[in-house]
Amino acid sequence: MSDRILNDQEFQLPVSRIFIAASLFVALLLDWLPWQGIWLALRPDFVALVLLYWCTHKPYHVGINIAWTVGILADVADASLFGQHALAYSILAFSGIVLHRRILMFNLSQQTLQIFPLLLLAYAVYAAVHWQLRGNISWEYFIGSVVSALLWAPITILLQTLRRPRAASDQL
Amino acid sequence: MEQNQPLNFFNRGPSPAVRLVFFTLFSLLLLFVDVRYRYLESIRSGLSVLVYPLQRLVTAPSKLWHEVDDFFSSHNSLIRDNAELHHQHTLDVAQLLQLEALKAENQHLRNLLMVQQRADYPMQLAEIMYVERDIFNRKILLDKGAQAKVLAGQVVMDDSGIVGQVTRVYPWMSEVTLITDKDHAVPVQVLRNGLRAVVFGSGDTGQLALRYMPISSDIQNGDVLVTSGIDGTYPVGLPVAKVIHVERDPAYPFARILCTPIAGVDKRRQLLILSGLLKLPERPEVIEGIATDKPKNSRRGAR
Repeated sequence: MSDRILNDQEFQLPVSRIFIAASLFVALLLDWLPWQGIWLALRPDFVALVLLYWCTHKPYHVGINIAWTVGILADVADASLFGQHALAYSILAFSGIVLHRRILMFNLSQQTLQIFPLLLLAYAVYAAVHWQLRGNISWEYFIGSVVSALLWAPITILLQTLRRPRAASDQL
Repeated sequence: MEQNQPLNFFNRGPSPAVRLVFFTLFSLLLLFVDVRYRYLESIRSGLSVLVYPLQRLVTAPSKLWHEVDDFFSSHNSLIRDNAELHHQHTLDVAQLLQLEALKAENQHLRNLLMVQQRADYPMQLAEIMYVERDIFNRKILLDKGAQAKVLAGQVVMDDSGIVGQVTRVYPWMSEVTLITDKDHAVPVQVLRNGLRAVVFGSGDTGQLALRYMPISSDIQNGDVLVTSGIDGTYPVGLPVAKVIHVERDPAYPFARILCTPIAGVDKRRQLLILSGLLKLPERPEVIEGIATDKPKNSRRGAR
């Protein structure tokens, strides 16, 4: 516990469960926007990013159970196989929780490089399940993991800003 | 479990690794059950009721955009469209009159030949809620579901040809697998010479493949493929695709034939669902005119 506090010291920000739920909810809605054509290939996985954010920053609040539940909802909406997203998100959440101390040691640009393999792993799990069960794979799917990794810094900054209490704003 | 840790004040439940193993196994089990059996369809449709309002919410902006776009469509274009439609309507009416006569004649001839009657299909209009969001699947969601008596297996088309097939029905939505989906096959006939074939999706929008056709088969560029109706799912004679590329390489046993769908598979917003499934007799001997050398399993139920 104590070393986590040391690592997080500069942003020991309060967090409410409602805020976590709302952020995941918004991320799901963003994923469900009617993406088409080239944008579909470039679509970042907002849910994966937000899940990873919470799993690294608040590993005791958001765990694998929440990742799995969100994954099932994504499966229903995407008409993909039951458990496909859920499996990928569970593995992503696990890797985020296991590596959260290591990831938070770095600054944002270095974090991007650190989380890219994790996102790639989640994408690979999803694609591998599809490949095993349906026998085809489309490589442009992995472009999404790159775009997601690039969005890590903006999303982290955004969520940090939103988590900062209003009263703290006059200290600047 | 964690005996070697000095103190464990806060019980946080099982460790992440244990949870990961549990949820991974559970996911794999669900995947297996979903692929092999259909037990999960009710759960899926139950959850879809939960998800449905959110999906409507998310599509609202684009829908609003379309509506605003429609609203500001200029007076001129409306007049032009109207004139065009009137023109088309006159032509169509003339053709429809002929069609009625032909239909009666056809029925008479079929009666004489004692061949099974072709059915008329009632249709209903549905609007696309979602184009596929999953890069692997070519699927769309329509805004009519079990409430509007849509059944899995029904055919979806637009004004020019076949678009796909309903593969899953939710209470207020239905999921349509497009003919361009990799898993989808449609039994077709070449309009020019009646050659039977099966056209497969390629997983790529705007491209279909005619596989397993011998090199010597009589197919040319520009041939129109219509449904043959042999599988009992697709009604006879609906346009499906047009041949755009024929490659005959003697090194391979089969010709490489590419087609493009005739219907605007990825263009329209309104589609027609043909209600009423054709009931074919179970035994193939009953239909004597049609050989049974085609695979009959192209109809995909809930997958």
